[in-house]
Amino acid sequence: MESSRRHFLTIAGLAALGLGAKPVLNALASGSAGEFTGGVDAFKLKPNDKALKAKQWAMVIDTRKIKQASDLEPMIAACNKIHNIPTFEDKRHEIKWIWEDEYHNVFPTAENKFLNDRVEHIPFLVLCNHCENPPCVRACPTKATFKREVDGIVMMDFHRCIGCRFCMAACPYGSRSFNFTDPRPFIKEVNKEFPTRMKGVVEKCDFCAERIDVGQLPACVEASNGILTFGDLYDPKSNVRELLKSNFTIRRKQSLGTEPCVYYIV
Amino acid sequence: MLELALKGSKKYFGWIIALLVLVGIGFGFYLHQLDYGLGITGMSRDVSWGFYIAQFTFLVGVAAGGVMVVTPYYLHDYKAFGRVTILGEFLAIAAITMCLLFIMADLGQPMRMFNVLLYPTPTSVLFWDMIVLNGYLFLNIVIGWNVLEAERNNVHYPMWLKPLIYLSIPWAVGIHTVTAFLYCGLPGRGFWLTAILAPRFLASAFAAGPSLLILLCLFIRKFTKFDPGKEQIQSLAKIVAYAICLNVFFFLCEVFVVFYSQIPEHMLHLKYLFMGLHGKASLVPWMWTSMILMVLGIILLVNPATRKNENILALACVTVFVGTWIDKGLGMISGGFVPSPMEHVTEYAPTPPELMITFGVYAAGFLVLTLLYKMAISVKEEVRS
Repeated sequence: MESSRRHFLTIAGLAALGLGAKPVLNALASGSAGEFTGGVDAFKLKPNDKALKAKQWAMVIDTRKIKQASDLEPMIAACNKIHNIPTFEDKRHEIKWIWEDEYHNVFPTAENKFLNDRVEHIPFLVLCNHCENPPCVRACPTKATFKREVDGIVMMDFHRCIGCRFCMAACPYGSRSFNFTDPRPFIKEVNKEFPTRMKGVVEKCDFCAERIDVGQLPACVEASNGILTFGDLYDPKSNVRELLKSNFTIRRKQSLGTEPCVYYIV
Repeated sequence: MLELALKGSKKYFGWIIALLVLVGIGFGFYLHQLDYGLGITGMSRDVSWGFYIAQFTFLVGVAAGGVMVVTPYYLHDYKAFGRVTILGEFLAIAAITMCLLFIMADLGQPMRMFNVLLYPTPTSVLFWDMIVLNGYLFLNIVIGWNVLEAERNNVHYPMWLKPLIYLSIPWAVGIHTVTAFLYCGLPGRGFWLTAILAPRFLASAFAAGPSLLILLCLFIRKFTKFDPGKEQIQSLAKIVAYAICLNVFFFLCEVFVVFYSQIPEHMLHLKYLFMGLHGKASLVPWMWTSMILMVLGIILLVNPATRKNENILALACVTVFVGTWIDKGLGMISGGFVPSPMEHVTEYAPTPPELMITFGVYAAGFLVLTLLYKMAISVKEEVRS
């Protein structure tokens, strides 16, 4: 009796120690990448040879090519379909990765009283800005939202998110949505290639990281008919940089220092 | 000492049972929330924090307010407060308990709560808030328990407690500062993006906490054999008077900066709260009520004639407590989310299930408070007889 109790206590103690040591072990393992073959890195997946690479992905939206809402619909529909976005009747519970809004809602801090007729009437496309200095990543208490080191995409780990919604308060662009209830019954047609989400977690646009990693452009870019351009912000020869060089562009709330990576040609 | 909480009159047990029933009802609704998701609340994509986080914020203040009896006694050797420090410490324990329950009620995936420990993230203020809140709870349990036990045994409390007591004083300031930092460090939320937020939180805390303490003292004097003391209550009243003046002053500083600078991102939130925006104005009557109550509280507390009359003092404490509750527990959180970053005006109101869960958490807090106060008062009665 006595010995089994002591045995139990030893195991419980070791288990508690292991729990505390895990983050430290992780840090040690990641710090020694390439030096020895054991540890966490040995289990890393080999990247796909076809994967697109960039230092920081960025997008340019050429709003001159937008005439009406129907120009944006294929992009939004493509995203909704492949990412299993549910459709909720209740607007309060909406899940939005990419959607449209008016100029004065998209650029509330850059509003002119008397606006160019075209800009006043066309719909603007909005999505996560994949900021270079993202406040949401800073705010997250579990690193469930993080900036992918290889290419700067701000991503979500739906399995780690505790649903505290600090990231939603931190995002100055309203780019994040929360699953107020189980979204699965509200998905029209499930795409088995991409995970569905569960209630109680936050989600947002992931710049189609899953497509980039197998050599495809983001779904919205593919469906955009030339309105969207996607490329590496830090490659001076990239298509994105060419556009930025030859056109005047604006970004949403750039005075906040978040360094958004979605540029608008107006 | 726990046995002291298990003996009592019929009224005492009636009260305990009533609280347990409320806790049970709240828990029932919580199970529903756990099953359906936070969609049963009034929160939305635009207003993503609601009543739970607002109550949490207010109650962190009540907990921090307890330090207003600890500091004069231990730092300034103000002997009179020796009789009531335990009440402040136990109030803090009950308030922090409610805070932690409200955080849990607000999580979308509560069973993953310990991810905060598994993946510690020092850049997140929420990580630090978890540390300071649990630390403060721990400090108050250790200090409160040991001081009370020493009093019961008629000995001086152990000397190792002294550093913990001193630590608890800046720690109390810390819990509310860190809680304010949750909000005031967010770049896109003009309402909270102000350096006066933490001082404002502290001022309202030092008004709300001690005013509740005064009401509890008056209640204890009336219904038990222990008298917290006239001088003690008057000293507390002066603390509330200073704190509520500071709270209103800090608020007016904010109003000046916002409306003189005329920067829309800062102005729109205050306009929404006090005048309404795009025809939506559900919080307007509440906010003006809050202002009137706080000003009334100032008049009644600053004037010695009204402050010294304990009936009027009780009324003043109610006005201060309710006024600061509306300010923080109702306006502070929704106000920051309306209008949204894309300047849409989505209003928020708690739903009945959300309110029932809230009542349940409050009942749990009052249950903790009742049991702890019963213990403390029984010891005081024992020592005095």
